[in-house]
Amino acid sequence: MSTTLWIILGGAIATYLTRIGGDLVLSRFERIHPRVEAGLNAVPAAVLTTLVAPAAMRASVPEAAALLVAAVVALRGGMMAVFVAGTGTLILLRYLLSA
Amino acid sequence: MQKSPPPVSNAEEFRRGFRRALPIAIAIAPFGILFGTLAADHGLSLGEAVLMSATIYAGASQLVGLELFGQQIAPWLVVLSIFAVNFRHVLYSAVAGRRTRHWSGLTRAIAFFFLVDPQFAEVERRADEGKPITLAWYAGLAAPVYVFWVAEAVLGGLFGRLIPNPHAVGLDFLLPIYFLGLVMEFRGRPRWLPIVATSALTSIVAERLVGSPWHVSIGALAGIAIAVVLTPVSAPHHRLEESVE
Repeated sequence: MSTTLWIILGGAIATYLTRIGGDLVLSRFERIHPRVEAGLNAVPAAVLTTLVAPAAMRASVPEAAALLVAAVVALRGGMMAVFVAGTGTLILLRYLLSA
Repeated sequence: MQKSPPPVSNAEEFRRGFRRALPIAIAIAPFGILFGTLAADHGLSLGEAVLMSATIYAGASQLVGLELFGQQIAPWLVVLSIFAVNFRHVLYSAVAGRRTRHWSGLTRAIAFFFLVDPQFAEVERRADEGKPITLAWYAGLAAPVYVFWVAEAVLGGLFGRLIPNPHAVGLDFLLPIYFLGLVMEFRGRPRWLPIVATSALTSIVAERLVGSPWHVSIGALAGIAIAVVLTPVSAPHHRLEESVE
């Protein structure tokens, strides 16, 4: 088997371990301290934010505007609306600013 | 006040999950195709690219893996890098496991193979709505996202170079917009703003000082730590059962 295949399979196993690891550890505990519970409740916002923030930091005008519009639309609309408004802003501003 | 919800058939649950998959499939499509394109550029066969998407099933780490393939780097280091990029899934797994205690351990072990960022976010969103995480709903969500992801590696490998100007149509920035939308969906949770502010600042600083992908884990842990610290201890005190070993 080629090195590439070994790396792919190794990467697949490593990734799978991350996807079951947290559950394997936590399912051993019967009860969860309220502070741990609070930490677990923070996971979605805490992790997903780190996937946006550095990109937002590097943003120029169209990207920053797109994120701003997306955030405002998210206060009212659903995911599709957020997506369409954000992407629409991005495409429009990139077009206008490059013209 | 709590009325028990009317029983919902598995088929209906599957359909509901399926419908939620549409925005996800759109958001990740550019990355699936980008991966297929870059894999071909980096000399991977179409079969290897498809195998990678089908078995690793984690966009960012697949791209990192591709970058490292080309260089003279020990295979175990490439695997370690993939592990580092995907380390956030440990947290997803811990949380989603708590939402799905009604599944068997084996079911969770199989289902969590599909626990990618949007899958996890949807599980948490549904939990916030007070609805049960049924296996049919979970499968309805996971199936199209997974199938599209693998198919996009094929599309990218075959036709990727035909995309004229990805930048002009915003393909490179779809994911941050999408992730921001997901972050906003959790704004009703306790201490959301301090968590988001802390994670954002910490991840930005960590990316500069430590580098990618560690900024994700560092930023996430900082946000979680703030949530733990800000939670009043006066909350009913359960003893932490130390049943490990």
